[in-house]
Amino acid sequence: MQSKPRLLASLDIVCILLFASATFMVFFYAPLEVVMGMVQKVFYFHVASLWVGMLGFLVGGISGVIFLRTGNHHWDIVGLAAIEISLVFFFIGIVTGSIWARSTWNTWWTWDPRLTSAAIVELIYAAYFILRGGIDEPVRRARYGAIYAILGFVSVPLTFFSIRLFRTIHPVVIGNVNAGSQGTFNMAPMMLQTFIFSLFVFTILFADLLWHRIRLGQLAEDVEQRKLDAFHSQ
Amino acid sequence: MKTNFWRTIEAIIWKDLIVELRNREMLSAMLVFALLVMVIFNFALELQPRMQKELTSGILWVVFSFAGTLGLNRSMAVEKDRGCLDGLLLAPVDRSAIFFGKSISNLILMVIVEAIILPIYNILYSVNLFQPGLIFTILLGSIGYITVGTLLSSMVVQTRSRDIMLPILLFPLVIPVLIAAVKAGAGFLQNAEMAGILPWINLLVIYDIVFLTIAFLVFDSIVEE
Repeated sequence: MQSKPRLLASLDIVCILLFASATFMVFFYAPLEVVMGMVQKVFYFHVASLWVGMLGFLVGGISGVIFLRTGNHHWDIVGLAAIEISLVFFFIGIVTGSIWARSTWNTWWTWDPRLTSAAIVELIYAAYFILRGGIDEPVRRARYGAIYAILGFVSVPLTFFSIRLFRTIHPVVIGNVNAGSQGTFNMAPMMLQTFIFSLFVFTILFADLLWHRIRLGQLAEDVEQRKLDAFHSQ
Repeated sequence: MKTNFWRTIEAIIWKDLIVELRNREMLSAMLVFALLVMVIFNFALELQPRMQKELTSGILWVVFSFAGTLGLNRSMAVEKDRGCLDGLLLAPVDRSAIFFGKSISNLILMVIVEAIILPIYNILYSVNLFQPGLIFTILLGSIGYITVGTLLSSMVVQTRSRDIMLPILLFPLVIPVLIAAVKAGAGFLQNAEMAGILPWINLLVIYDIVFLTIAFLVFDSIVEE
């Protein structure tokens, strides 16, 4: 069994440091938003989590395509790892959004189209794991998983587009000129810096977790192989 | 080669329709189920005449998508259980022809169910549904629904808990179809302006094209052994 790579160990430490400084920036560097107050601070990690979520689903879709083309089992491990991490981050994104909504919209959840589509995306990838759980044969599981990851990822933009046609009350923070009454705000330069830094930190965090999860997948496969070998040599 | 492709599709459609004609297993189940859902809606929502116009499109699509899953599940399970799928795969034909054959026969069944449900709904709730726009929307929506449904049902038959798996996989993926079809349908029923309906129709067309293409590309890897 190979030991933990040195680069991965140092990436872990970098991640912890970065995350600590991002948290510091959110609370002490970024100015307090006038109208919403403290709860606005959830915004930095809210968007960053959802960003990691989408990034992972993208990686999952691409790994699916590569797996179907090459049949290399390694890409199945990558895809599974990415989607598993992203499902968690996407959920964190929904929960943090809900916390923010409680204070700004005075409700935990509204059937606002953007919230609805986030819930649908979460359900698509929950179904991915249900599908994988229902197949015993490893090769078939990998193949069907890859196909569903592709289908899911293609339907995500269509779902998002269909919600764009609805009227939405979700604030459009980026690229919006005037602040409105629904929780929209203009980002001060220090807020913007914190925001960009959070995105960066979460991306590194994603890479780190992905690496860990891929290693875990490979180790699990290794164990499985050894079990089979032991079984056959009896 | 091209003629062979079409002949394969035709043969599969005929096979399915003849089987269906002989036992009427799927059609009767889908129809009775669809009627039951409509009756349940009547109790659950206490449909008032003035609400019906807004709700009609949504109710119709709930009925269609529930009945559709029944049909899709059955259509592939029959192939699998009696070893028919292996026979089809052994045949020296293009495999995407098998997919399109199955899709079209599923679509035909769904359209038959819809063609029976619409007049019944018309009588029960006295809403005039015979509008070309609405029927066109339903057709577009059904194509998207059946494309993804056929693809997924051919995956689902290979899994352990196949009967409960299909709706779980299918519904989140067809949400864009359902939203667009319900919205466009409601627009036609309320005589809304075409400018408001057109984006939904476009969305349906794009969805159909995108998923037909993907299905064409990935079906081989679903059935390969």
